[in-house]
Amino acid sequence: MANETQSKESAHNMRMSAKLKGDVTEVKMIINHPMETGRKKDDFGALIPAHFIQLITILLNGKIVCEAQWGTGIAKNPYLTLHLKGAKVDDKITANWVDNLGAAGYGDVLVVAN
Amino acid sequence: MQRRTFLTIVLNVATAVIMLPLQAFAAAWNKPAFEAEKLDEASKHLAINQEIPSLDITIIAPERAENGAVVQVEITSQIVNTESITIFVEKNPTALIGQFNFSNNAQPFVITRIKMAEDSDIKVTVKAGEKYYTRSKKVVVLENGCG
Repeated sequence: MANETQSKESAHNMRMSAKLKGDVTEVKMIINHPMETGRKKDDFGALIPAHFIQLITILLNGKIVCEAQWGTGIAKNPYLTLHLKGAKVDDKITANWVDNLGAAGYGDVLVVAN
Repeated sequence: MQRRTFLTIVLNVATAVIMLPLQAFAAAWNKPAFEAEKLDEASKHLAINQEIPSLDITIIAPERAENGAVVQVEITSQIVNTESITIFVEKNPTALIGQFNFSNNAQPFVITRIKMAEDSDIKVTVKAGEKYYTRSKKVVVLENGCG
C-alpha cells in the first residue's frame, strides 16, 4: 500500500524498461536524483549538502534480485542495467530506493517481449 | 478515549509510517566503508580479504573519459556462484562507489555510471562463496567529475 502511494508521488522520478531477449530479461532504469557529494559549492560559495541514494532494491514478482548500496560516486541521475534469468512476459519488476535524507522512490514495469 | 491513549496511538502510527520504507531494505548502508578515503580502508570495512586476481571478471569502460562526472562501466563476472560485485575508484575522494548483491537468477552483471575525480584504476571485487576475486582497469580522466 505504501508503495502505491509512493508510486504516484515519485513515478516521474524514475524510468524503467524490461525486455525479454532469449532467456535473459534486460532491465534498465534511470532515476532522477542529484547525487550530491557534499563537496560541491553553489554560486555563492556555500557547500551544497550531500544528497545521494544509499540503498536500492530491485525485485522480480516481489522476490529480491538485486540489492545495492551506493555512495556519492554514482553519477547524477543514476543509471542501471541488470540481466535476469527466469523472468517471463508480464512479470513485474519493481525498484525501491532511499537516500541519505530519508526520501524514498519507487518504480515498476512489466516485462515485454523484445 | 483518554488523551494519553490517543497520543500513544498517534505516535505508534507515526513511527510505523516512518519505518515502512526502511523495511524494504534488509541490508544497512555501510557508512564506515563509504566514508573511508583510502581503498584499503573501505575494503577492510567491507570485510574483503585475500583477493585473487581473476580474468573471469570483465570491466568495460572508456580508455579516456572526457567527463569524469559520468563514466559508464559494464562489469561481468564469469565466476561461479558470484554473490556480489563491488566497484572502487582508487583515486576518488572516497574510493568505494557501490556494491551490488545478486540473488534469484539475477546474472552477475551490471552497467552503471560513476564519477571519477582523476586518472585512476577502477577496481572491481567479486565475492563468490567465501572467496574474493579482483580485476582493475585504468581510465584516463580529462575533466574532474567529483565536485
